Order: sequence, then C-alpha cells, then structure tokens
Amino acid sequence: MSNTDRPGGYMPRDRDWQPAGLTPAYKTTIKRSPQAALLSFPSTLSEETSPVFGHGLIGALDNDLIHNFAQSGESAIGPRIIVHGRVLDETGRGVPGALIEVWQANAGGRYRHKKESYLAPLDPNFGGCGRTITGEDGSYEFRTIQPGPYPWPNGMNDWRPAHIHFSICGHGFAQRLITQMYFEGDPHIRLCPIVNSLSDPAAVEALTAPLDMHRTVPMDSRAYKFDIVLRGRRQTYFENRAEGM
Amino acid sequence: MPQSLAYLKETPSQTAGPYVHIGCTSNFSGIDIYGGDLGTAMKTGPVKGEEIVLRGTVYDGTGTPLRDAMIEIWQPDAAGLFASANETRGQADPNFTGWGRSPGDMNTGEFVFETVKPGAVPWPGGGLQAPHISVWVVARGINIGLQTRAYFEDEAEANAKDPILTRIEHQNRVPTLLAKKEGAGSYRFDIHLQGPHETIFFDI
Repeated sequence: MSNTDRPGGYMPRDRDWQPAGLTPAYKTTIKRSPQAALLSFPSTLSEETSPVFGHGLIGALDNDLIHNFAQSGESAIGPRIIVHGRVLDETGRGVPGALIEVWQANAGGRYRHKKESYLAPLDPNFGGCGRTITGEDGSYEFRTIQPGPYPWPNGMNDWRPAHIHFSICGHGFAQRLITQMYFEGDPHIRLCPIVNSLSDPAAVEALTAPLDMHRTVPMDSRAYKFDIVLRGRRQTYFENRAEGM
Repeated sequence: MPQSLAYLKETPSQTAGPYVHIGCTSNFSGIDIYGGDLGTAMKTGPVKGEEIVLRGTVYDGTGTPLRDAMIEIWQPDAAGLFASANETRGQADPNFTGWGRSPGDMNTGEFVFETVKPGAVPWPGGGLQAPHISVWVVARGINIGLQTRAYFEDEAEANAKDPILTRIEHQNRVPTLLAKKEGAGSYRFDIHLQGPHETIFFDI
C-alpha cells in the first residue's frame, strides 16, 4: 500500500485566515455569532464522508443562468459572462464530482426573492440560480450575466460589490463551504463590511476573480476565472490509527 | 529561503446571506427549474432501522428564531454505514441517502428531517462514538458555516462513553448537543447561536 492510499484526517481550518464569527461592522453577526470557543477535535468518518451527487442529477441548462429561467427564445439581460475554474483541495489535487450551486442578483442588482425590496426591476428571464458538478480534474464552468452591485440595510449607505454566491459540496462533510466570488477591479470590494470580515488582504484576493481573456467567446461572452480550494487531508504512512480505520 | 511547502489556502468563507434559499432550495423559493430541491427526501424506499423525525429551530442571541437559515445534516444509516464514496466498510442501506437539507419553515423557521436513527461510528483511535447526526448551519450574519452534532438523550450509555462528549470541559453544556425525545420516534434539537444555552459548535 502506498502512502497516498491511506489518507489521514482533514487538515485543521486556518481560523485566522477564515473570517471570525463576530465582525461588528457587519451588524447581523453581533447576535448570530457564537461566543464560546469552538470545540476542536480531529475529523472522524462523520466528517470524512459526504453524499454523492451524480452527473445525472444535472439538467442541460442547469449551468446556464442566461437561459435556465428564460422563456423560449429569450435570454437574461446583462453583460454575458462565463465563470470557470477548478475545485482543488489544499494539497493541489482536483476534486471531481463536487456539487457547485450558485445564486446571484440580476444585472440591476435585484434578487428574485419575496423578501427582496430593492427598487431595481426583476428580469422576467432571469431566475438567478444554477448548478453543476465538477469534472474528473475538478473543473467546472457556467454561463450567466454579470450581477449588479446593490444597496443593503447595514450602515446608512452600504453597497455590496457585484458578487456570485457559491455553495460547494466536496468529498467530506468537513469540506462543506459557502462563499462569494467578486470581480476584479470592483471599487466596492474594499468598502464592503462583509468582504472586510476577512482580515488578510490575500484572503480577499482569493475571492476576486480575474478577467480571463483566453476563455472569452469572441463577440459573445467575457470570462472570469475562479478556482476554489477545499480542505485537504493529511497524507502519512505513519498514521497512528487502529487497523481497518 | 527553504523550499516552498506549496499547500494551497482554503477558499475563505463568506456568509450565505439572506438569499441562500434561491441557490440551495430554489423550489422552496418559487424558482422551479430543477424539478425539486436536493436533500428533501432522505428515505428513497423502505429503510432499515428506526425511523425518526428530527426537528428544531435556530435561535439568535435575542431568542428570535432564524427564518433565513439553511440547515444540512449528514449521518450514517442504522448500521453506522455512510452512503458515501468514501465508505469502505460495507454497503449502506440503498434506500437511505444520509443527507438532508432544510430551509426551515417559511413562517416559524422550524426545520424537520424525516430520517432514521443513526448507528454508531468508529472513533479514529479505536472504539465507537455515540450515535450522532452531523449538523451544519448557514445564514445571513454567519460568516462561516457552523458545525455541530446532534446526539440523542436516550442513548445515555453510549453518550457516557463517547470520546468527544466525555472530553468536553464544561459538562453543563453537553445537553446543548442532545436531541430531546418528544414522543415515539420524535426528537427536538434546537440550536442557540448565543446566550445561556449556546449550542456547542465544533471546529472539526
């Protein structure tokens, strides 16, 4: 048996790199963040396993937000973009079979949700959600319109940078992650209390997708590249584990 | 300079925000493009073991129920086997997915999972863990998903030997991890984000 046939537990999360629970400038965290210390312990099978999502789950238009809610012959309004990248783990391996779910506002910054009250109009041809499953090398791609920035009730005049929400299910429940992708060059990024829940500027950069001219479709769509890194497992031959674990 | 270790950094988390239901429970949000929401049915046929209902509410530090949360659970079948590609110990019950996802009730926020009572799962150092369900909570105002576990108050013997429950410093907080029996096959697992009954959250 080679070393890599015996994955160990998940590497601990870097809690200084990840956002703290309590970030008062984002006011809702004040009453929704745990106050006690988190209880740390090594991952077990409960965290090292996860549900399997087959490619058969995914419909032909699930990763095409321009068309998956549109009337026949219609398409969503807004700058057409392709978002692509790979899901990797911390050791650099691609994560195949990961479920990626995305949701976003429309080009005017309005979500299709009954609790949403922003005055920008709905786009009748845009639902705002999509999903896909990563390929053998962890790659994924979807097509959408670039969402608009929008105001939100926090401070008196807070605006979210344009963003796409990502939910990722990998190979272990310990990898479960929800995050947001931002767009290179957006001046709202540095002003946003949610972005600023991250204390390390490099962490903000890790959520900022660059324009990728090589993946644009000429005369059709621009492209942004967004790689996602999930937690990785320790690899060691010298693992102090009981037989059969 | 020594060689670079070249590990990648985990992608930073950001809050799921107020509209997580659009993306993860789209049908619930009134956007019916997938033909139903994932994780609503954990049982896909007759299942082995004891069928149970697990319900609960997520409360903020003021005692107000969250109505914009998403709760996911993950667990083995009644024999302790996971319906996972990483399960190497045997074949899990083919009619049980082990994974549930709930947006909570639109008006009350209460989540309900129709599932089975999980079997025990090995502890890496040997021995068994008490039966438990892994729980993950995201919502607006939660910057990184909260991990916890629902154990069962009527598994006192197994709980008393569990390697995690027994190592918790503040034993008076252990009841925050115990699903309370409300009736035959019915358990309640309320989650308190803050306050005197703050649930124990994990960093696993």
